[in-house]
Amino acid sequence: MIWQLDLMILTLVVACALVTINIKDLLGASVVFGIYSFMMCLLWAEMGAVDVAFTEATVGAGVSTIFFISAIFKTTRRSKD
Amino acid sequence: MRDINEHTPGEDLIIKTAVRLMVPFAQLFGLYVIVHGHYSPGGGFQGGVILGAAFIMLALAFDMKTSQQYMTIRVNTVFNNLGAAIFVGVGALSAIFGGLFLDYSALDKLIPMGSVEWRSFGIFLVEVGVGFTVMSIMVLLYWNLSSGGAMDEGL
Repeated sequence: MIWQLDLMILTLVVACALVTINIKDLLGASVVFGIYSFMMCLLWAEMGAVDVAFTEATVGAGVSTIFFISAIFKTTRRSKD
Repeated sequence: MRDINEHTPGEDLIIKTAVRLMVPFAQLFGLYVIVHGHYSPGGGFQGGVILGAAFIMLALAFDMKTSQQYMTIRVNTVFNNLGAAIFVGVGALSAIFGGLFLDYSALDKLIPMGSVEWRSFGIFLVEVGVGFTVMSIMVLLYWNLSSGGAMDEGL
């Protein structure tokens, strides 16, 4: 564990989470959520949990982003609230 | 029936060619992850997601009909039931042969190859079952989400 790298990735994770909550464009939100998942994947790998990092990279950053985008194509792209 | 080599206007040639080159390698990597799941990071779930993502890439770059040409809905149903049956079957078989549920060392009475070897090989069998189910469920989720449940034409 390198605490400088840890702190850097954690800052990016929090920033991506805040952007995902606050952005109005749903397509942009799902893309930023993919970045969030990738940062979590980097964090798991850096903490030594390679198996969890692998799951996060395939499911979180890969497939669930595609599911979000294909669901957005069936609804509206802007959020109302 | 559409040919995979046919170029229709409006779809991007570069993406189609890239996906056609990437799909075999993605599937090979998925099989590698499933088979080496009990030695190294990875396993049935991750490998199954990678195998499913290969079919999702086909459906994204071409259309849903093309991906259903390579994995029909019937084959998909067979795969996701077969995977669950393998998982439960291995567990129930080891319970029938005198062990606990999913206690693979009891399967030594069925095929004698040592209880330690069976503990390693039993995990491999269960991982294959999980991989089948996860692959077909991921593809089915994409088909349903992108076509609104009709499963005829999507993105």
